[in-house]
Amino acid sequence: MHPENLVELKDLFFGFGDRPIFSGLNLAIPKGKVVAIMGGSGSGKTTLLRLISGQLRPQGGKVKVRGRLVPDMNQRELYGLRRRMGFLFQFGALFTDMTVFDNVAFPLREHTDLPESMIRDLVLMKLHAVGLRNAAGKMPAELSGGQARRVALARATVMDPMLIMYDEPFAGLDPISLSVTGNLIRKLNDALGATSILVTHDVHESLLIVDYVYFLSAGGVVAQGTPDEIRATETPFVHQFVHGDIDGPVPFHYPGPSIREDLALESRGA
Amino acid sequence: MLESAASGLRLLGERVIDGIVRLGYGSRFFVLVLLRSATSFRRFQLTLREIYFAGVLSLVIIIVSGVFVGMVLGLQGYDTLQRYGSSESVGSLVALSLVRELGPVVAALLFAGRAGSAITAEIGLMKATEQLQAMEMMAVDPIARVVGPRFWGGVLSMPLLAALFSIVGIFGGYLVVVVTIGVDSGAWWSQMQSAVDFRDDIVNGVIKSFVFGVAVTAIAVFEGYDAPPTAEGVSHATTRTVVTSSLAILGLDFVLTAFMFMGD
Repeated sequence: MHPENLVELKDLFFGFGDRPIFSGLNLAIPKGKVVAIMGGSGSGKTTLLRLISGQLRPQGGKVKVRGRLVPDMNQRELYGLRRRMGFLFQFGALFTDMTVFDNVAFPLREHTDLPESMIRDLVLMKLHAVGLRNAAGKMPAELSGGQARRVALARATVMDPMLIMYDEPFAGLDPISLSVTGNLIRKLNDALGATSILVTHDVHESLLIVDYVYFLSAGGVVAQGTPDEIRATETPFVHQFVHGDIDGPVPFHYPGPSIREDLALESRGA
Repeated sequence: MLESAASGLRLLGERVIDGIVRLGYGSRFFVLVLLRSATSFRRFQLTLREIYFAGVLSLVIIIVSGVFVGMVLGLQGYDTLQRYGSSESVGSLVALSLVRELGPVVAALLFAGRAGSAITAEIGLMKATEQLQAMEMMAVDPIARVVGPRFWGGVLSMPLLAALFSIVGIFGGYLVVVVTIGVDSGAWWSQMQSAVDFRDDIVNGVIKSFVFGVAVTAIAVFEGYDAPPTAEGVSHATTRTVVTSSLAILGLDFVLTAFMFMGD
């Protein structure tokens, strides 16, 4: 394993039932970088995060984090690793029976013996960083979607993780929340000296903040590069994705018989 | 003809195998909950919180039902016993019925509807909104942190609720039989005292309610944890909790009664 890489996937095979998701995927996440994983819906982006965090086991190939094979870990080692990982779920996944403050304090209270006064300071600092210090006493149901996600971000980073994973952090946000979230991801990564993996299909927002991009399709990496390289690329798939063309290598229509056959236009014309 | 019989048989086999697989899965889950119970006792405030939600919040329904069941028992018992001139024995009839059967069984049925369904719905919704997964990603075991305290909270509440049900039931009977009808109060209490045996009746009643508590909460937490993460899945799981645990209570009650009271 290259010492510069925090996460490495080699010849990865994975599928749900008989539906293959990855067939021979190779990918590396260098330390300290913010890396975006892009691809259409169903290309296995979220599955990739679950494989890295050990929620799923690959059917073949290697998943390495800090040089250690994740699928070989027992529950104790896996939990040890996860204490050093932050995971932002698509909709935040805040605990609905706890206040914002208690949500962010949760990992500290579970894993440390810190006195309550220090927990309070740490939590308020993290909430301050995401701009929600004054919402500490609110319940998650009182927050907007974007705010809930920022609270979840504070919770995911409260243990100062070495690796932060974001599952669709931009989905369903208004333009202001979008750039706020994008900026936070970059700033938190650099302030914590962490490494971030961003699973998204928001091309424009992520190209502004990431260091490197992987495009997934058909079970493997179809394109990769820095944001500038991606913008300049001529690969048809990436071009379609970046420019949002309706038809291209990714068809608009669900595969099946053509409309001509379905409406029997051929026979009527004949 | 042969074809349809074969497919019917196949369907039956499939159902039976599914049922057995689910039973096995549920039992493994139950063992896992027991093995990871340390958190529930080491951090007892987590369990206390669940005792509040499952137990304290069930008090109203338990007490009101207990009073009414006791009053009805008193009325019916008096009506029947006075035909044989033994209306003084109504106290022992009310107390024995409650302590041996109605206390544990009715309290458990009410508990399944009030608290069991709530436990299933809560855990199921936590799963549907990825809260359990989030917990696991924070290196916190949801079985130890979420399921364990709810299980033990229910198990510890159940005998207390059943005892309370019996007690207020006896007072309900007292209200009807002694205060309203006018049976002698001394006869009511002394008959009861001589008829109810601590070991045979009270302890057995407590054992029953403990077993029912384990059954109801084990079913409730399993159904919640196993629920498909959709609105429909959670609603089905909640219904299954109430149906399965009610049947389990009645079935177990028969078995326990056969062992406890038919032995000698």
